[in-house]
Amino acid sequence: MFETSELNIKNQRVQRLYKLLFLMMTMLLILPVLLILGTLVVKGGSVISIDFLFTAPTDGMTAGGLFPALFGTVWLVAVALLISVPLGIAAAIYLSEYAGENWFTRIINLAIINLAGVPSIVHALFGVGAFVLFFGFGTSILAASLTLAIMTLPVVIVATRESLAAVPHAFREACWNMGATRWQTIRRVVLPNAVSGILTGVILEVSRTSGETAPIMFTGAVFFTPFLPQGIFDQTMAMSLHLFVVSTQVPGVPEDLPYGVALVLIAMVLLMNSISIGFRTWLRGKKKW
Amino acid sequence: MEVRDLTIRYGTQAALSNISLDIREHEIFGIIGPANAGKTSFLKTLNRMDTFNSNMQVDGKILFNGLDVSRLKNVYALRSRIGVVFPLPVGLPMTIYDNVALAPRLSGKKNKADLDIIVERCLTRAALWDEVKDRLDSLGSLLSGGQQQRLTIARALSQQPEVLMLDEFSIAVDPVTTMRIEDVLKELKQEMTIILVTNLVQQARRLASRTAFFLNGECVEIGETEDLFTGEVKDSRTRDYVEGRFG
Repeated sequence: MFETSELNIKNQRVQRLYKLLFLMMTMLLILPVLLILGTLVVKGGSVISIDFLFTAPTDGMTAGGLFPALFGTVWLVAVALLISVPLGIAAAIYLSEYAGENWFTRIINLAIINLAGVPSIVHALFGVGAFVLFFGFGTSILAASLTLAIMTLPVVIVATRESLAAVPHAFREACWNMGATRWQTIRRVVLPNAVSGILTGVILEVSRTSGETAPIMFTGAVFFTPFLPQGIFDQTMAMSLHLFVVSTQVPGVPEDLPYGVALVLIAMVLLMNSISIGFRTWLRGKKKW
Repeated sequence: MEVRDLTIRYGTQAALSNISLDIREHEIFGIIGPANAGKTSFLKTLNRMDTFNSNMQVDGKILFNGLDVSRLKNVYALRSRIGVVFPLPVGLPMTIYDNVALAPRLSGKKNKADLDIIVERCLTRAALWDEVKDRLDSLGSLLSGGQQQRLTIARALSQQPEVLMLDEFSIAVDPVTTMRIEDVLKELKQEMTIILVTNLVQQARRLASRTAFFLNGECVEIGETEDLFTGEVKDSRTRDYVEGRFG
């Protein structure tokens, strides 16, 4: 009854072959990540020190640290998040909890998809036209962060909508049937269970925002300034632009310096990601159905 | 509660046509019938759940305490006076305590001592208190199916409803729990009107004082429950159904 036939053997051999194939594709995916991190650590690890992190560049940017850029990137990302997170979450709540199936909703959905597809350099030019010139913010953190916020808005909206949709519909109906309004239902039942998903969207946005160069280079980030920004109307240095500058624009930079800058940038993103992931795991552990 | 010429359509498909019936105060009104008879759709119109489904079209009149529910501006007040229990239990992903305290909180009650009393009373009446009194802080959604269904009933009771609607509540519940809930319902009818939709005809016989038989969107017969079961029926289809010849 359980003899192995020729066909069984063939099927199992094919099955093993496919499993191996998929495994190799997965390994191929990890390879670039390991290579990038490895190269950065090997070539740039030597320049990393407390001084490198907390002093300004010196000698025409061929020596010294990167503190103004690090500080500026934190500013840019923080202001961008302050704008895009409330806006994106509010829009997502409207779209998934209130909006009906009609032409208006469809147009908004189309707009969001298109916004996500606009190249970053186009966002940059829009930022120059709208925020720097039209609104008169000048090249400033505010203008740069607004540009970044608009660019990453779709990420927040899509992630929030997905996590709202993951909350079972039965929970909403049970709540409505007790006489709760839509907002009471959202606040007491839907949002508390969607927080961890929304946070994932914010994590993604942080990673993307801190690495973007094009949208900030015309709107608020500068080549070099010895001063730290005092407020949102100041210009600032930024990590991504600084990396571009020391890699290609300044002669006589020691070879390991750009690698060191890149390593700090990546480490910063990884650090923020792991903090948020830790927070998310903690939230998830606290409650679930 | 009076229902007059109620017709429900989904798109062009009629789910229920021309239903007229009265539900008396403090009675258990049973509705029996096979799947697709329109029983659930009927319940949905009573507390305006039809507004959740834009495809659902309701004609006719439903009077609740003499007021036409389709003209009510404040559907929230209507819903809070009608408790609903669905076939599948819905334990909200919050603590057992919060599940039962939700409706009072929605209506603005904040005092912890008052809430404590409500929670204990509702859980006791839903025959769940003894099993959960030591772990009110654990998640309601992690209780067993039968416990979650009693939690759902406790939640419905916390609204202090005038009407309690139960839609095939025993589908996901074991027989012992079913009997316990049935005992609870017999007591509850002193305080509220109960509408019991069930596909277990014997359950209707045990509980309901009057019963309606729905079939394919039509109300075949309404009468005293005992008459339906002792063969004193106006329509032979009712006898065939309660005797198990179809359905």
